[in-house]
Amino acid sequence: MTATIYIPRDSGALALGAEKVAAAIANELAARGLDARVVRNGSRGLYWLEPMVEVESAAGRVAYGPVKPSDVPSLFDRDFLSGGAHPLFLGKPEEIPFLKRQTRLTFARCGITDPVSLEDYEAHGGLRGLRNALSLTPLQIVEQVTESGLRGRGGAGFPTGIKWKTVLDAQSDRKYIVCNADEGDSGTFSDRMIMEGDPFVLIEGMVIAGIAVGAVKGYIYLRSEYPNAERILNEAIVAARKAGLLGDSVLGSAYAFDLEVRVGAGAYVCGEETALLDSLEGKRGMVRAKPPLPAHQGLFGKPTVINNVISLASVPIILDKGGAFYRDFGMGRSRGTIPIQIAGNVRYGGLFEAAFGLTLGEIVDNIGGGTASGRPVRAVQVGGPLGAYFPRELFDTPFDYEAFAAKDGLIGHAGIVVFDDTVDMLKQARFAMEFCAVESCGKCTPCRIGSTRGVEVLDRLARNIEPERQIEIVTDLCNTMKFGSLCALGGFTPYPVMSALTHFPEDFRPHPVREAAE
Amino acid sequence: MQPAGTEIVSAIVPIIERWRHEEGPLLPILNGILREFGYVPREVVPTIAEALNLSRAEVYGVVSFYHDYRENPPGRHVLKLCRAEACQSMGGDAIAERLQKLLGIRFGETAADGSVTLEEVYCLGLCACSPSAMLDGEVIGRLDEEKAEEIAREVRL
Repeated sequence: MTATIYIPRDSGALALGAEKVAAAIANELAARGLDARVVRNGSRGLYWLEPMVEVESAAGRVAYGPVKPSDVPSLFDRDFLSGGAHPLFLGKPEEIPFLKRQTRLTFARCGITDPVSLEDYEAHGGLRGLRNALSLTPLQIVEQVTESGLRGRGGAGFPTGIKWKTVLDAQSDRKYIVCNADEGDSGTFSDRMIMEGDPFVLIEGMVIAGIAVGAVKGYIYLRSEYPNAERILNEAIVAARKAGLLGDSVLGSAYAFDLEVRVGAGAYVCGEETALLDSLEGKRGMVRAKPPLPAHQGLFGKPTVINNVISLASVPIILDKGGAFYRDFGMGRSRGTIPIQIAGNVRYGGLFEAAFGLTLGEIVDNIGGGTASGRPVRAVQVGGPLGAYFPRELFDTPFDYEAFAAKDGLIGHAGIVVFDDTVDMLKQARFAMEFCAVESCGKCTPCRIGSTRGVEVLDRLARNIEPERQIEIVTDLCNTMKFGSLCALGGFTPYPVMSALTHFPEDFRPHPVREAAE
Repeated sequence: MQPAGTEIVSAIVPIIERWRHEEGPLLPILNGILREFGYVPREVVPTIAEALNLSRAEVYGVVSFYHDYRENPPGRHVLKLCRAEACQSMGGDAIAERLQKLLGIRFGETAADGSVTLEEVYCLGLCACSPSAMLDGEVIGRLDEEKAEEIAREVRL
């Protein structure tokens, strides 16, 4: 059989040289007069091994990585097209411990298939959820999603089924499905990975959502920092229209649904759902007061389902295997799986999809392998720029919405950024305030003014001006922002600030090293 | 060379026509202009306002809200360096200092010879291969001193 070579077109792999590796492989194939099929797949999410090249031959599918362009001639010399031995040989990718320990439901196909081949998608279990959905009533679809216990993966954790039911029950001439693909949190990349690695699963999820609530139009609001995802999504949408997955008659049914990608313009606050809706409407991305909920008055004032990429991409498996199947993973009120993104100063960084319930320590130490720098882990920020910093003492916290809330933190979009012992937590707290000041939409006072005052107070603290007084002011300020802000930007900025102050107080008090450095 | 005002206005007409009858056309139009010119010239505001039946203030309000809509032409290359937490954890601040020195400009500035514009960006989604950057739309991961020097040489060519 002709061998198939898989070279990822995922941004992470591209950032590490996948395009040059692809060019080197093409050259080598031509120079040696060899024949092979080249597929540009997504990433498996093992970023320390990227670019990870896989070869499928009569010997099965095996991986090599991390591959540099200069490694390519030797790969051919050692007959990698038949799975030959080489120092970069990794064996079967599924047997790599980092992958083997995962429960891949949402990411089942990511890194395996050609992301823009609908045929490949179907061959790997795609469209089964939609076909099932077409045999159900809209209410039955919503019930499956409710039964699954799926909660919004964007960070808020609101039950997806309840959101859908509200839109289903709303009376209107027009409804919308909006996918929030404004993945702005540092440390998160699961949305990007699924859009680049398996875009059809998102498209299928949105089509199912449309059928469930009676919407015929969907938008994917994508951040402008993801041009590669935009290209791949658009290729997939073209293929989906051609195959009748999108259009006037979804897979030959009586339902119509179409969607398009709309690109943002670099505003973090547009990840907040109501700011996103304003942005889609062509306005400044200003946060709206709720109520009315977007489910009642969303895009252009119409009932709108607005869900995160991962929430929507988890719907096909729920409709395929049933709500109960999905619900049986997880713990407490956190059901199903969560794609954890292990990032920052970490040895084995990447995407780890698992049922809820792993402890933070297992994720950071056992799966992530500690820091990349080899120094001790001092702090991990969970949930993006608005998430709390956790010290080692809290590493027994299980990955669960409620457990994190009980420790004054949040799992957010499930990104974990690891810091070693060189981190200055006062600097991180100041950064949180500064980021809020820059990105605030300006509508509410606690966020707009509070963040700027916060930066000033922390600057005075760094200069050792009445430190105890500054700590008192910043604590009070955080309290005001937390309870007085209109949305999570101002409301959650206190999490990184207060967690840094609470768990790492030594960085906020004058000490000899800081004074010597000034 | 910058096109003159009237040239700009005539060049944006097809972009406006492509989108004006769609839902929520303003961002796609501005993004189209950004792709075409590399910035959103002030001259386009009245034309867009008229086409979409908005006030100039509304259009300018949107242009000024979003970070992407620069009001001045960028250099021949645009280098965006991620400054967010994951990149900070891997020495991103030191790389930021180094790049500013190598290029002789601060963030938000364009080199005097017009070779490069340096901008901050908050997250490129490459957090497992930090620090990261984007040069003319192409992503770069695990930036170090050597790669920073390579970038600086490349943009000067």
